[in-house]
Amino acid sequence: MNSKLKIVYNGLVTENPTFVLLLGMCPTLGTTTSAHNGLAMGLATAFVLMCSNAVISLCKNLIPEKVHIPAYIVIIATFVTVVQLCMNAYTPALYETLGLFIPLIVVNCIVLGRAEAFASKHDVADSLLDGIGIGLGFTLALTLLGCVRELLGSGSLFGFVLLPEWTNMLLFVMAPGAFIALGLLIAVKNAINPSKS
Amino acid sequence: MNYLIIFITAVLVNNIVLSQFLGICPFLGISKRLDTAVGMSGAVAFVMVLATLITFLLQHYVLETLHIEYLQTIVFILVIAALVQLIEIMLKKSVPSLYQALGVFLPLITTNCTILGVAIMVIQKQMTLAESMVFAVATSFGFGLALILFAGIREQLALSEQPKAMEGTPIALITAGILAMAFMGFSGLVG
Repeated sequence: MNSKLKIVYNGLVTENPTFVLLLGMCPTLGTTTSAHNGLAMGLATAFVLMCSNAVISLCKNLIPEKVHIPAYIVIIATFVTVVQLCMNAYTPALYETLGLFIPLIVVNCIVLGRAEAFASKHDVADSLLDGIGIGLGFTLALTLLGCVRELLGSGSLFGFVLLPEWTNMLLFVMAPGAFIALGLLIAVKNAINPSKS
Repeated sequence: MNYLIIFITAVLVNNIVLSQFLGICPFLGISKRLDTAVGMSGAVAFVMVLATLITFLLQHYVLETLHIEYLQTIVFILVIAALVQLIEIMLKKSVPSLYQALGVFLPLITTNCTILGVAIMVIQKQMTLAESMVFAVATSFGFGLALILFAGIREQLALSEQPKAMEGTPIALITAGILAMAFMGFSGLVG
């Protein structure tokens, strides 16, 4: 496989942030009440991840070693503020639903984790691709969890009713369902692909 | 009375971990043993109350006076990161015994979303300074309660036999789900 494609594939599958690295659990559980919300949160995080990875990779030689963590956090927080202001202006309803989790992208361990583990060691193009891969992997996982919860909880998918006769299992839209659904999804992933660790 | 309602709501009804989904990373990561769970809860409580106090004052006396509220996210996270560093240095010098107990957890706290989450929440809910302090204390108490309960369950869980695919995180998440269900029972407590 082409090495550039491999970086994207690595983020999407081999090192999927949610199912393999088990990072960024708060938004994963908190925003996936429906497939739509999961997708939106995933894309917002992916945007921040791409931009911060690219900028950090560009600045890596300018930032003194001792203050690299605060410097990275400022760069990440800048892009989070950009996302925050854009969502507030163009998609106010979505901004309202995702609420606190948008500013909290700053403390999402995936973003800082990739900055530290990848962007600070690779060139811009590779870092950008890594951002895209990990971002899409995160989006994929959130959408999947959102789909499962929405389907079980209200018999619909992206707002379209698929199972009109369905007895809504409201539990899956509420807090406990998030934990249980994610636990089962990871168990399924482990059963299919037990090679990890 | 109002303060009591804020306290009970934050600890039981809207538990920060089990119903707000903040601080899941330490909740899953540091809950394998009871003693580390206690240490982490202590460190979180300490930082949360201080961080909420400082960010509250900054928001009302600096950001709002200068009309630069849009810098909230950047300013808050920097203040929290600096505060954690400062606490670490001060504890190391002045209270080494406390530093021994909390030291390893302190660097992890910067990226603990409960701290930034609470700092932003008290601004969004337009609480007064006293309410914010009660809220911060109660939230850290709720975090500790959930973490310590969960660590107790996981210590037992480690001794039991599980299907191969369920070992580790999956079973922990499902247990957390059941614990969250138990906390849902409190939802009618405060009207």
